[in-house]
Amino acid sequence: MERSTLNLWVGVFVLLGFFAFLVLAFKVGNLSAGGNGTTYTLIAHFDNIGQLKERAPVRSAGVLVGRVKSVRFDPVHYNAEVQMAIDTKFPFPKDTSASVLTSGILGEQYIGLDAGGDEKMLKDGDEIKLVQGAVVLERLIGQFLFNKAQDSGADKGAQK
Amino acid sequence: MVLEATLRGIRLVGDRTLRIVERIGATVAFLVMTLVHSATSFRRFDLVIREIFFAGVQSLIIILVSGLFVGMVLGLQGHETLQNYGSEQSVGVLVALSLVRELGPVVAALLFASRAGSAITAEIGLMKATEQLSAMEMMAINPIARVVAPRFWGGVISMPLLAMLFSAMGIIGGFLVAVVLIGVDDGAFWSQMQAAVDFRHDIVNGIIKSLVFGVAVSAIATFEGYEAPPTAEGVSGATTRTVVSSSLAILALDLVLTAFMLKGWN
Repeated sequence: MERSTLNLWVGVFVLLGFFAFLVLAFKVGNLSAGGNGTTYTLIAHFDNIGQLKERAPVRSAGVLVGRVKSVRFDPVHYNAEVQMAIDTKFPFPKDTSASVLTSGILGEQYIGLDAGGDEKMLKDGDEIKLVQGAVVLERLIGQFLFNKAQDSGADKGAQK
Repeated sequence: MVLEATLRGIRLVGDRTLRIVERIGATVAFLVMTLVHSATSFRRFDLVIREIFFAGVQSLIIILVSGLFVGMVLGLQGHETLQNYGSEQSVGVLVALSLVRELGPVVAALLFASRAGSAITAEIGLMKATEQLSAMEMMAINPIARVVAPRFWGGVISMPLLAMLFSAMGIIGGFLVAVVLIGVDDGAFWSQMQAAVDFRHDIVNGIIKSLVFGVAVSAIATFEGYEAPPTAEGVSGATTRTVVSSSLAILALDLVLTAFMLKGWN
């Protein structure tokens, strides 16, 4: 085959391949949606994180603002230390609270940030002091049954 | 009598196993040889371009059409199952993740092995059978540098491009079926897909997989061709072995790579 035709076809093939890569990166993947933007780290200690995993979303008002960077057990305080990488575009006030929430009933767990009203903003490496851990279903049911039993016990006591 | 038969059976198993291990070892040794003699292919890159044309460009049609069909089937099947849970919009996530992480690299590599790998083996095997390789050696041209290395690199360069084209085409196929045909919401299809597909962990890992498959298929195809017995029967056997062993290698490597990618390196 003619050399120039060969080059043309290979050029078309390589360009098509790169075009597919760009489509995958920007249209299918989240490269455009701040996936690789600059982030700052916030730390929070939870007494229970449930099923929270690395790379779980961090949302504020339902919007994705960052991702969980690491989850580890803190052997000093006996709780879970969660590091979050938050997009630098979204600064949060000092009195922001973090809670472990679940999307839907069976959905994945994520961290919800509720902004406070402080003038000062959280900086890289700061800790979020106001936290609420995951709701454990077994404990909730246990509490409910306990309350129920207590209520009926109280009712009987009142009847006497 | 019984003991002897049992021993013979065990020996047969041992012999087969050793043969397989020897074959793998010889393939890897051949791969190292190819890499050592690769300098020429990059100094004379037009040789590699020729092989990219035969391995990559000529596989385009089958890759694109298969990708489209696979994506369409995924769209149909995904929608059928997901609608039981009332989450038809997630069909985009399903199609994109299955293609980018698994089906794109794996199916493209399987198609590549049977379309291009077998051709490489047959070509090199026939060159050997007609003593073209010996003729080259007589002229002090190293056949590994002149014949094998360009074909190897042509395959390695083509494979990731083909895998990405397969994935992109499959997502278009899924889009056509789910959104255009069935009527899943357009915005939810793309936005959920973009929220779920991570550039580094899904797309780059998929490309790494296809690169590894490209190396494996090209190494096996060139090795089988180079080591084929110089007869018509030998070349046909080598071509068959290329397709069988590359398919097995792709699937086994895929398991190993996926395990490391999902569960981490430690």
